[in-house]
Amino acid sequence: MWDYVKLAVLGAIAVLAAIAANYARDLAYMVNAMTVMLAAAVTFLWVLRRVGEDHPEPVHEYNDGVVRAGVIATALWGVVGFLVGVTIAFQLAFPALNFSELTHGYLNFGKLRPLHTSAVIFAFGGNALIMSSFYIVQRTSAARLWGGNLAWFVFWGFQLVIVLAATGYILGATQSKEYAEPEWYVDWWLTIVWVAFLAVFLGTIVKRKEPHIYVANWFLLSFIVTVAMLHVVNNLSIPVSVFGSKSVQVFAGVQDAMTQWWYGHNAVGFFLTAGFLGMMYYFVPKQAERPVYSYKLSIIHFWALIFLYIWAGPHHLHYTALPEWASTLGMVFSIILWMPSWGGMINGLMTLSGAWDKLRTDPIIRMMVVSIGFYGMSTFEGPMMSIKAVNSLSHYTDWTIGHVHSGALGWNGMITFGALYFLVPKLWKRERLFSLTLVSWHFWLATIGIVLYAASMWVTGIMEGLMWREVDDQGFLVNAFADTVSAKFPMYVVRGMGGVLYLLGAIIMVYNLWATVAKQPATASVSTPVPAE
Amino acid sequence: MDLYTITRQFADSWALLALFLVFLGVVFWAFRPGSRSVHDDISNIPFRHEDKPAPAEEA
Repeated sequence: MWDYVKLAVLGAIAVLAAIAANYARDLAYMVNAMTVMLAAAVTFLWVLRRVGEDHPEPVHEYNDGVVRAGVIATALWGVVGFLVGVTIAFQLAFPALNFSELTHGYLNFGKLRPLHTSAVIFAFGGNALIMSSFYIVQRTSAARLWGGNLAWFVFWGFQLVIVLAATGYILGATQSKEYAEPEWYVDWWLTIVWVAFLAVFLGTIVKRKEPHIYVANWFLLSFIVTVAMLHVVNNLSIPVSVFGSKSVQVFAGVQDAMTQWWYGHNAVGFFLTAGFLGMMYYFVPKQAERPVYSYKLSIIHFWALIFLYIWAGPHHLHYTALPEWASTLGMVFSIILWMPSWGGMINGLMTLSGAWDKLRTDPIIRMMVVSIGFYGMSTFEGPMMSIKAVNSLSHYTDWTIGHVHSGALGWNGMITFGALYFLVPKLWKRERLFSLTLVSWHFWLATIGIVLYAASMWVTGIMEGLMWREVDDQGFLVNAFADTVSAKFPMYVVRGMGGVLYLLGAIIMVYNLWATVAKQPATASVSTPVPAE
Repeated sequence: MDLYTITRQFADSWALLALFLVFLGVVFWAFRPGSRSVHDDISNIPFRHEDKPAPAEEA
């Protein structure tokens, strides 16, 4: 019966998407509608072939198939995102690489830049968060994922969001909100997927066999709930037509700007920080083989972070039309954030106390430690940059880009690589990783890449900030904007080289993970092969 | 007074105080006497049930 309901719904979606593609008012909408039609049709066929089959749910084992799929997606989207990043880095250094004549502007920096940010934050980071949420919540609840195949719906639904957003950006569908570029129908679809994600996660926690909820789950739950709230409020918009991608924001002016940066900064705070801290509080103790340094500190870390982060957004709007009290409020809360951030960093690092020798022998632990180090560094740098006097120099310069990347490449990237190296042998039942030497190579390539990236962006950011504000004795500005652009050229090349190293490390990782599974025998049977559901 | 002013004043007085007290309560709760053994037990959760869920009767 349930199968027939699914077939009816999928068939209806495919037909409606075909109609929408026919009446489409713009190219991006048409391509997206055809993508939806295709996705619904493929799922329809897949369900059709399995109608009436009985698939009893194996209650005595974890649902790891969806985690395995998430591991693959994380690794592959990571490489794609880094590749686009390297491409746009060199486009900035050498504008000829935009190939504007050849591609009619479709692959210009302006189109590829949101593709890069969304690919690394949402495709790479999002898949990392979803798959580790599914892995962690099962292990720490001692219960199989709630909702049967709903977890698979979350996985594939999220991949569809990524594909719709990416093709939309290139073809011109964007609502021009940073990190929230996808247009209204993608936003609606993501809302559905996210609610399903919340249901799977909460359902598993509700049926847990452990009396307490482990701290990693607190962080992951806050990430899921807050991102849902941020996403819905920041994407309040009215479509111009149901057959077109264009929509109009409900808020206007400075309210819109404040809503956007309330969203934008909490995307950093709850997606890239709270969610990844959930990963840290599970994977670091596991890899170090000892419990977290202080569980009390982790509780305080959690509540302090939650109470403070939500107020920090206005520091993105210093010296704008935003009222001064609001921007001061944002600055003050950003500075108070130093305390929980460093408390969390100390907690993560001290988990290794008594096991520091592992740093010499275990490159995965080394990756995690460097990741926590970058967490501490970027959460020190961020509040400093939120101080108005510093911000008047740093804002709109490459310093901001350097800051974001020491957080994203250093903290988010490294902890995710550590988690992937931890998970693959476990999920595919292999005795060990294929090669620890290759992990070391990855570690050093990535670390040197980040250092090149951050250092060159500090230099060019502070330089351009100083050049912009330089006045002569008559009170005239000394430098034209183009002067700063040409002065930045060498640093742009160094930044691109840093990106190449980081990308190279990720490619080595993908090979290593593939070889771990393909070139080594399994120690036990993997109950469900990948990617069959 | 208009709604904006009322909510604004409420937010930066009583609501602020209430949230701050909740936070202090959380800190006190974390450090309450006798919490150490509970926290030791919780912090070891990742080292149980690595391979399969807990059997039903353990619930």
